[in-house]
Amino acid sequence: MCLAIPAQVVELLPDEMAVVDLAGVCKSISLSLVEEVAVGDYVIVHVGYALQKLDPDEAAQTLALFAEWREAGVA
Amino acid sequence: MSITLDVRHGRVEMSHGSGGRAAAQLIEQVFVPAFDNEFLRQGDDGAVLPAPAPGHRLVMATDAHVVSPLFFPGGDIGGLAVHGTVNDVAMMGAQPLWLSASFVLEEGLPLADLQRIVRSMAQAARAAGVTVVCGDTKVVERGKGDGVYIATTGVGQLPPGAAPSGAAARAGDAILVSGTLGDHGMAILSQREGLSFDAPIQSDSAALHGLVADLLASGAAIHTLRDPTRGGLATTLNEIARQSRVGMLIEEAQIPVQPAVAAACEFLGLDPLYIANEGKLVAICPADDAERALAVLRAHPLGRDAAIIGRVVNDDRCFVELHTRFGGRRLLDWLNGDPLPRIC
Amino acid sequence: MKYLSEFRDPVLAQALLARIAAEVQPGQRYRLMEFCGGHTHALARYGLPALLPDNVRMVHGPGCPVCVLPTGRIDQAIRLALEQPVMLCCYGDVLRVPASDGLTLLKARAQGADVRMVYSPLDALELARKYPEREVVFFAIGFETTTPPSASAILQAQAEGLTNFSVLCHHVLTLPAMQAILDQPGGTPLDGLIGPAHVSTVIGSTPYLPLVAHYRKPLVVAGFEPLDLLQAILMLVRQVNEGRAEVENEFTRAVLPEGNRKAQALVDRVFAARSTFEWRGLGELPDSGLTLRVAYAAFDAERRFPQADYRRASDHKGCECAAVLRGEKEPQACRLFGKACTPEHPLGACMVSAEGACAASYTYGRAAMEVR
Repeated sequence: MCLAIPAQVVELLPDEMAVVDLAGVCKSISLSLVEEVAVGDYVIVHVGYALQKLDPDEAAQTLALFAEWREAGVA
Repeated sequence: MSITLDVRHGRVEMSHGSGGRAAAQLIEQVFVPAFDNEFLRQGDDGAVLPAPAPGHRLVMATDAHVVSPLFFPGGDIGGLAVHGTVNDVAMMGAQPLWLSASFVLEEGLPLADLQRIVRSMAQAARAAGVTVVCGDTKVVERGKGDGVYIATTGVGQLPPGAAPSGAAARAGDAILVSGTLGDHGMAILSQREGLSFDAPIQSDSAALHGLVADLLASGAAIHTLRDPTRGGLATTLNEIARQSRVGMLIEEAQIPVQPAVAAACEFLGLDPLYIANEGKLVAICPADDAERALAVLRAHPLGRDAAIIGRVVNDDRCFVELHTRFGGRRLLDWLNGDPLPRIC
Repeated sequence: MKYLSEFRDPVLAQALLARIAAEVQPGQRYRLMEFCGGHTHALARYGLPALLPDNVRMVHGPGCPVCVLPTGRIDQAIRLALEQPVMLCCYGDVLRVPASDGLTLLKARAQGADVRMVYSPLDALELARKYPEREVVFFAIGFETTTPPSASAILQAQAEGLTNFSVLCHHVLTLPAMQAILDQPGGTPLDGLIGPAHVSTVIGSTPYLPLVAHYRKPLVVAGFEPLDLLQAILMLVRQVNEGRAEVENEFTRAVLPEGNRKAQALVDRVFAARSTFEWRGLGELPDSGLTLRVAYAAFDAERRFPQADYRRASDHKGCECAAVLRGEKEPQACRLFGKACTPEHPLGACMVSAEGACAASYTYGRAAMEVR
């Protein structure tokens, strides 16, 4: 029920705001709902607010799991 | 008529539309310098046009342009007004020749903006090889317009023989698009108050008659030509399917979309297939001619990203189906109202 | 697009589908409810249900905040916009929802109401700053994903001393709705639940534990992308096969067990649970909707504009949105479906919302449904 997209923080702004980038599209959003966000981090963005930081290690693990199914399918 | 308009600082006033001295000044100092040609110089109520070449028929098309903002990345309402009508005539297989231009100006519109728009129109017309042969100007009170509305009517000539038609698509035909989809609509949306985002997205507003001429001269039998403007590709395909009483199967993976347009659509929950284009065409031709048509499109600057995206099939229901990247199928239905950004 | 495209890889999707097909047991039924409307939309967009084995059936849940808002709530917003000189700021999703007397917020705009579409509460705040002489009301809808932004906006308005900004709050809660679905006597029996992606980034995965323990149905929190959904379906298939009923998390890259504590705290500071709230389809549910705390009364549009009060209204006659939302009826079972009620002229919220079960069914399912 909630459209949210992962985007990369490219610039921190005053007043808990930041600029995020998704494939070249930049938008200024609020960081008021998250903590310790640095430039380069990925965040989940919903209605102009970052809701959570995205964990790159967990993302990699999930993708690795999918890749295992592909290998298993081939075997 | 010696008093010069202050184009730099002046604004459109009610008197500019009343047909009197002020109106004449506006025409003389803004419109005529931009559009100057033998027709307008006559100063008559109408333009006398030459008869078409022997065997040729006339094609006429009209369009009104109400875009806001007036100036957007990649274009403006003036260029759009020329390209839109030139393209409508070209989609009929005709060579666009003459345009009329009616302006409804809002009181308070800066004259500098009007001049910029008119110059842009003139440049677009010259580049498209069309002449603005007649026009009209009216002014409405402040608050009753969106700056300016422009209505253009275009006349072109159609050589003898079968013309492309929305009713001519046949089962087995290939469906091609001339380039990336959704550029214009997203360029406009990116400027909209309350939705603004920074994106390297430019409107694709362009005159397609040259591209069409190349296609028609290529030897490929072109059954249908249409430009997917409002409602996007999906709406245009549905229109053609219904007119020709056929179905269509489109390959999602083949549809060209710029990464930035795809990303902007992700942000707002929109589907690029329903977003307006102003410089693209859909072409339908027999399967055997598809590769030739594709090569001709790609050889033209406005067709570099052309692709074969699907085929026409027999279907009484006239459904346009999308074959998804996953091998699934979904209906690419008609658009219902303007695509609205969503949060859910 | 990083973290999007990889989770849409068609080759991996085929592998996951093959895995699911290999592990479903013949004769076993897997009736899985995707609670979240966004998941419903994603399934439809990628044509997934048709690619799953026949004994896996996706049941659409009521997690569409537009669909569950009773007609009377849209009437309330329309009345506010038409009768008071306010600037009503709304998300795009609500603009075409049919209300009483054939009205929608868009039609109200055509009648002179100042209705503005916004992407974010930040845009509504900006309008309040830009037009200090106007009353700006933000029409807030949504589950727990959308609530923290509203809370943050109210706190920001307070910090800036804005006196012309208020919120018409119709935020709702996921767990009471899930419970209501699982409680209902006439509902479709379910074998598992797919938990919402982004609601869970806020509330975490632990809140589902009591629900799962009580109803003994497995629940897997799934990310938003098609590979996430397929992986979650696989995980549910396994739980059913093994007779387990646990909370599992597929969306580990964004969902922590405890969720986003900071966001939760902000919501708790600004909002309190209404003792009861009416849902389309689910009736009155206790502690299922939110309202502003007294400390923030100045920002509560219901207090500021008491004339625009909530009056119960019925759905269009013949509309089966309520039954569809409960998972009791398929959209096709509604006699208005596809005839009087289509996306072009919707009579009920389930058809107008992009993630409503009826809209999804009409759009992607029609081709499969039609008989030659």
